[in-house]
Amino acid sequence: MTRSGFGKGLLEAAKTNKDIVVLSADLAGSTKVSEFAKTYPHRFFQVGVAEQNLVTTASGLAHTGKIPYATTFSAFSPGRNFEQIRTTICYNDQPVKICSTHTGLGVGEDGATHQMLEDIALMRSLPNMIVIQPCDDLEASKAAIEISKVNKPVYLRLTRQNLPQVTKESSKFKIGKANILRKGEHITIIAIGPLVAPSLEAADKLKELGISAEVINCHTVKPLDEKTILQSVKKTELVITAEDHQVTGGLGSAVAELLSQKKPVPLKIIGVEDKFGESGNYKELFNKYKLNSKRIVEEAKKLIEDF
Amino acid sequence: MDLKKNALEIRKDMLIMLNKAGSGHTAGPLGMTDIFTYLYFNFLKVNPKKPLDPNRDYLILSNGHICPVQYTVLAHKGFFPKTHLATLRKLSSPLQGHPHRTQLPGIETTSGPLGSGISQACGVALGLKLDKKPNRVVCITSDGEHQEGNTWEAILLAAKYKLNNLIVIVDRNKIQIDGNTEDIMPLGSLKDKYKAFEWSVQEINGHDFEEIEKALEKADKIKTMPSVIVANTTPGKGVKFMEDDYTWHGKTPSEDELREALEELK
Repeated sequence: MTRSGFGKGLLEAAKTNKDIVVLSADLAGSTKVSEFAKTYPHRFFQVGVAEQNLVTTASGLAHTGKIPYATTFSAFSPGRNFEQIRTTICYNDQPVKICSTHTGLGVGEDGATHQMLEDIALMRSLPNMIVIQPCDDLEASKAAIEISKVNKPVYLRLTRQNLPQVTKESSKFKIGKANILRKGEHITIIAIGPLVAPSLEAADKLKELGISAEVINCHTVKPLDEKTILQSVKKTELVITAEDHQVTGGLGSAVAELLSQKKPVPLKIIGVEDKFGESGNYKELFNKYKLNSKRIVEEAKKLIEDF
Repeated sequence: MDLKKNALEIRKDMLIMLNKAGSGHTAGPLGMTDIFTYLYFNFLKVNPKKPLDPNRDYLILSNGHICPVQYTVLAHKGFFPKTHLATLRKLSSPLQGHPHRTQLPGIETTSGPLGSGISQACGVALGLKLDKKPNRVVCITSDGEHQEGNTWEAILLAAKYKLNNLIVIVDRNKIQIDGNTEDIMPLGSLKDKYKAFEWSVQEINGHDFEEIEKALEKADKIKTMPSVIVANTTPGKGVKFMEDDYTWHGKTPSEDELREALEELK
């Protein structure tokens, strides 16, 4: 649950940084900011079910030097309040942190209305905005701390579901710096959030088939770590991207924009293919929509056969 | 300070600027000239030499399209040279078509899309309270903006947090782009609506400096809730052929119209 890690990291950051304030739109429990609210009641603002007000009030708070974390579900923020984020936070250049949980098919049973699959596309198109999705609890905790240190707007994309631990306490987390989790020679797998663990699994299976895959955890979609990606791709010349997001406008698109201009190579973007989700257990959904290690292995084999 | 004379000069400079720009809004800025003149010359603690003075009062303009009046008043107050006014809406000008915070001293927020100013003013007011600072926040908003849901979200929030450091001034000019507010989407009594939302409410003639002064003084003293001043204004105020004509909402005067207007403003 990257939302739990977020809650922990937020508390830790808030201990030393008194400027951190938190706003919630009636989802303090679900977004894991309740502990913050209990510990720092004066720095917590409950705005009710009002996502437009959530981010615009945050913009005003930032104007007085506060570092606001505006929290709710991603379907509502940035789903509901895109214009307010665009004008009063990004164009206005106020360092508000839009921290949204319940992203992608990973939401599960609540169904398609709440399975936000377009948020990376929305947020990464905005000038000034930084876009991050951690791959596990530990990374979410580190991200929650790091975003308080950059004087820029940030979109932090978090999951409802538990994610297997991929990173270690000692793993470095630097905004804009992708982490190579597995070194490889034949193909590069660039993944984000809940697709990082399946990518490592896929790399294990590919190894058995004699294919050496490099796995990159690209937690920051914007600014994209061009250097790390290009270095890897110059070596492998084949790329797969994987994300719990529409194939339009997400991590895959960001990588495609880079590679098509600087190092054109065969690329497969794995994500949700122009569809809405549905209710179900998230693991079942990931299998039905083919966001799993089996799919990554298949696509890798295909790329290697075809090229 | 002769406020009337000052407002007259501001109206003239503003019309010259709008004529040069060739596009923009005329009626709203003319209607709010008296209030802006009063605020910047008699009420707000602001320092043109130190626009980001931490002890300043904040003016949040919600309906950004009336920025010509704020630009002209800021220039008269000395925030930037009056020569800047001739660059309104031109390439590379700090005077953008809608105000942009990072580009022009004295502008507290970027605005244009309607309905988010009161929220931002609430955020500033909350931040000041958190730091136990006495600075005041004034938010200028239009009546048309009360058709936006975001506005009412903010009105609820200000009452919840008893933001007594916030004064909202509603430009009740009864026009919007497509016509009269009461035809487009009736707003009825904003006074009653704000009262029901537990705000301190006053209604004034937005062109009467004595009424403006009294209302602001009273609003300043209210300590238990946020204050709103519903200012009845005449769009196009000061230029007869522009007054109360909604077609002047979003256009600027031609050379002939400017000459006629300036004749009237002598």
